Amino acid sequence: MTESHDLETTPLTALHQELGGKMVPFAGYLMPVQFPLGILGEHRHTRAKAGLFDVSHMGQLRIDGAGAAERMETVVPGDIAGLAPGRTRYTQFTNAEGGILDDLMVTNAGDHLFVVVNAACKQADTAHLRTVFGDAVTTLGDRALLALQGPSAEAVLSALAPEAAAMSFMSFRVLDVAGVPCFVTRSGYTGEDGYEISAPADAARSLAERLLAHPDVEPVGLGARDSLRLEAGLCLYGHDIDTTTSPVEAALTWSIGKRRREQGGFPGAERIQAELANGPARRRIGLKPEGRAPAREGTDITDLDGRPVGRVTSGGFGPTVDGPVAMGYVETALASEGTELRLVVRGKPLPARVARLPFVTPGYKR
Amino acid sequence: MTVKYTEDHEWIRVEDGIGTVGITDHAQEQLGDVVYVELPEVGAIVAKGDASGVVESVKAASEIYAPVSGEIVDANAALVDAPQTVNTDPTGAGWFYRIRLSDPSQLDGMMDEAAYKAHAGG
Repeated sequence: MTESHDLETTPLTALHQELGGKMVPFAGYLMPVQFPLGILGEHRHTRAKAGLFDVSHMGQLRIDGAGAAERMETVVPGDIAGLAPGRTRYTQFTNAEGGILDDLMVTNAGDHLFVVVNAACKQADTAHLRTVFGDAVTTLGDRALLALQGPSAEAVLSALAPEAAAMSFMSFRVLDVAGVPCFVTRSGYTGEDGYEISAPADAARSLAERLLAHPDVEPVGLGARDSLRLEAGLCLYGHDIDTTTSPVEAALTWSIGKRRREQGGFPGAERIQAELANGPARRRIGLKPEGRAPAREGTDITDLDGRPVGRVTSGGFGPTVDGPVAMGYVETALASEGTELRLVVRGKPLPARVARLPFVTPGYKR
Repeated sequence: MTVKYTEDHEWIRVEDGIGTVGITDHAQEQLGDVVYVELPEVGAIVAKGDASGVVESVKAASEIYAPVSGEIVDANAALVDAPQTVNTDPTGAGWFYRIRLSDPSQLDGMMDEAAYKAHAGG
């Protein structure tokens, strides 16, 4: 039985339970891992139509004050000063060694920055931001966060907020959604088109019910969220990225702005700039096992001679791929697409190849 | 015909000294959608408690432990291409393998259906 007494809840916990969600502890919260449709069904439904995810456990913050974007650049390698009003960007908090403390989304909301961080890191991230911004950081603990993901997301949300249809990928608007004032970004973490919707906690349940009332929308739990993001080639903090991995090793170089690569000025810039110039010693790659056996996190990767060359950091069954998929780190010399490797599953070296990420074609609305 | 259960949620149905082995409905429900099954080699000799197969759901991998000692005489190859059968019919078409019992007295210490139901519900 789940020990639920010391876990936090979200404004949607009761709704999840009423919908038959199987509740598990995750990052200190009681969260649904799946609903009666099941992980496979929820995954496929999200790729075919739309899934509604509760991501209220994630940390939402706002940072006020003049020069917030420039000061943000002292803790992340992303180009925040160059972020236009109404635009959102993915970046990382780096440490002095160039490792990743957390990954996050930063939005230029006009007169402030709107920031979304991972649940497990949110206390540490808030403390970290306060060392830079002091009292200008506000935690938005009274807001829920819903992710509506999938090809039907635009039709579903624009029925309640017509302006949502015109938003482009990684844009932000304050929208009235069925009478509820929401911060909406056209983003997500599934590889599909969709939105993340920040709503006041007391209105979150009625909003979720409005979205679920659409015949194309099913509630989706953390299980399918994980398989969707894995197929989309997206990193899970604490697994694919952590304080030992740099953004360059993690193949997140695209998220470091050109100006920032040249100028530095973020924690760990020395290592990160050296890796940009000379290449990292190891790199995050996609892995496609040739058989049907999934290779899970922690699986050793070897070359064809059995020499250890890396480790799987996320792996499992990809429902859309209809086969096993994985990500991991290998020596850079073995990181090119098509390289034959071995994954040691239950003591047996199984053939696999380095695969292009993502495993599925993204549906982002550019 | 005798049906017995293990604490690890396998069932074994024994007829004429041959046991058919699978996982229980409770086990498949806990696992969720099964996406991969690994079966033992026909002819393999296994001891009670040995890992004798693997069942993986989207969430996790689990070993199948031999409920009794003996020789594997058949394996359900249909599961390799249709692993979801373990979810839809765990105690029928979703069987894993058949084993010739080397020591039928091992069944005596195992749970019957009533005892297993109490175990799985507890």
